[in-house]
Amino acid sequence: MNAARTVAVIFRREFAGYFASPVAYVFLIVFLALAGALTFFIGNFFQRNQADLDSFFVFHPWVYLFLMPAIAMRLWAEERKTGTVELLFTLPIATWHAVAGKFLAAWLFAGVALALTFPIWITVANLGAPDHGPIIAGYIGSFLMAGGYLAIGSCLSATTRNQVIAFVLAAIVCFAFSMAGAEVVLGPIRDILPQDFVNLVASFSFLNHFAEMRKGVIDLRNLLYFLSVIGVFLFATVLVLDLKKAE
Amino acid sequence: MIEVQSLTKHFGPIRAVDGVSFSVGKGEVLGFLGPNGAGKSTTMKMITGFITPTAGTAAVCGHDIRTAPIAAKSRIGYLPEGAPLYADMTARGFLNFIGASRGLRGAERAKAVDRVVEIAQLKTVLDQPIETLSKGFTRRVGLAQALLHDPDVLILDEPTDGLDPNQKHHVRQVINDMAPDKAIVISTHILEEVHAVCSRAMIIDHGRLLADSTPAELEARAQHHNTVTLRTLAMPPDGERAALGQLDGVIEIEAGGSAGEPVFRVIPQEGANVLPAVTAFVAEKGWQVDELRLEQGRLDDVFRELTAAAAAGRDAEAAQ
Repeated sequence: MNAARTVAVIFRREFAGYFASPVAYVFLIVFLALAGALTFFIGNFFQRNQADLDSFFVFHPWVYLFLMPAIAMRLWAEERKTGTVELLFTLPIATWHAVAGKFLAAWLFAGVALALTFPIWITVANLGAPDHGPIIAGYIGSFLMAGGYLAIGSCLSATTRNQVIAFVLAAIVCFAFSMAGAEVVLGPIRDILPQDFVNLVASFSFLNHFAEMRKGVIDLRNLLYFLSVIGVFLFATVLVLDLKKAE
Repeated sequence: MIEVQSLTKHFGPIRAVDGVSFSVGKGEVLGFLGPNGAGKSTTMKMITGFITPTAGTAAVCGHDIRTAPIAAKSRIGYLPEGAPLYADMTARGFLNFIGASRGLRGAERAKAVDRVVEIAQLKTVLDQPIETLSKGFTRRVGLAQALLHDPDVLILDEPTDGLDPNQKHHVRQVINDMAPDKAIVISTHILEEVHAVCSRAMIIDHGRLLADSTPAELEARAQHHNTVTLRTLAMPPDGERAALGQLDGVIEIEAGGSAGEPVFRVIPQEGANVLPAVTAFVAEKGWQVDELRLEQGRLDDVFRELTAAAAAGRDAEAAQ
């Protein structure tokens, strides 16, 4: 059977799985409420008096920091806990088929959540005459960033059978990736390591790459950055799962 | 159809499976027996490709599970221990998912699902979420998914565990019906099951094979195999009892009941069948017989003797 079809089979089951419990709806409501509240109350959407969605997108890394690990934590930890992982890995499918299918399901679910914020776009379009370029770039960037966080979450979910541990570990690693460009992380490194290394760490920052995108710059480098983060962490997920088989 | 070569698995310092080799051909039903933690499930998990062996390998229909896992897995139907299933799905949705991931599509898949629903008798619960099903039905859904692609090789880890007697009987019936065209491995610790379904039995303990033969041959190893138990209405005279002990092939006569009860066990020499001689003797002396029985030897006894002997061997090794 070809790989795309297998991935699609896993993807469909996993995606439907999100909606099989009320957790999905709770998640969507929390996400929308949080994104809205931060935009209007902390981001001062109206007071800024500007027809753009910068005060909406600027909080996405922080919202994702907790919500993406929450989506990703069940990917593998739950399968291990219930033992269904044994069923899954004795089917004639490759490990990466399952990893890709599950990740795509989580990513599309995050995409649904993001898409449901469309009223804010309509709002800004009605109130003023926004430049739609940066808004589209912001949505694309936000979606890619969500994928990055989810890939990290997928990898850490594969390491444990406990969803809470998977969540905490993923939140910590996601935080490190978000803050890689900030002085909090760079300051201590600068004292002990050469400048080249500091620049390297800074270049790993989700915040910096996303900031460029929400300004309206869809640079190939930024796209490649998020896609490689996703690729690297999904590859790591496959490695972790194969390693666990040999343990 | 299944070739297992010196399969070994270490978990840290523990040797869960230690150089196990065997092969299973078409038409065979192999029963895996052993105490809990003997390595039965670990062996099955390695054959099905869920865990990677420390050493050795297994091949299914000629496909090595380490070098061609997908080809090997597509020929295996596997029921893992405890029958883990996606609890949030309906039985129908679950079977469709398994069918799709095994490459069955459209009408072919619908036919396959119908077939296993019939075999496992799931018609009444098809549209219920699996988490609402009873243990018996859950196990049968697990069995149904293992049969869905009509595999050449079936590996069932405790298929009747937790079922009621009727359901057990049904599952054994299903296994017996399929046996001629497949190679089947089941694990169990219910010894009567071995009689009911297995053409061959293997006893495994601490990761090592202790015995591999037919259930009847295993029973022949039992201490009381071919012993004749005799109960008479009245206590026969001492002299005649002694004469019974002198018959050809008889080693000795044991008292079989409590003191004074007219119950005797006639212990034969190994391989000898003394029942005809005993019958003739009893008729000749005119004893009034209440019960006359040839003991088959019990699998339980063989199982205990073998595993206890292996444990003693390990203790002796450890003491050196």
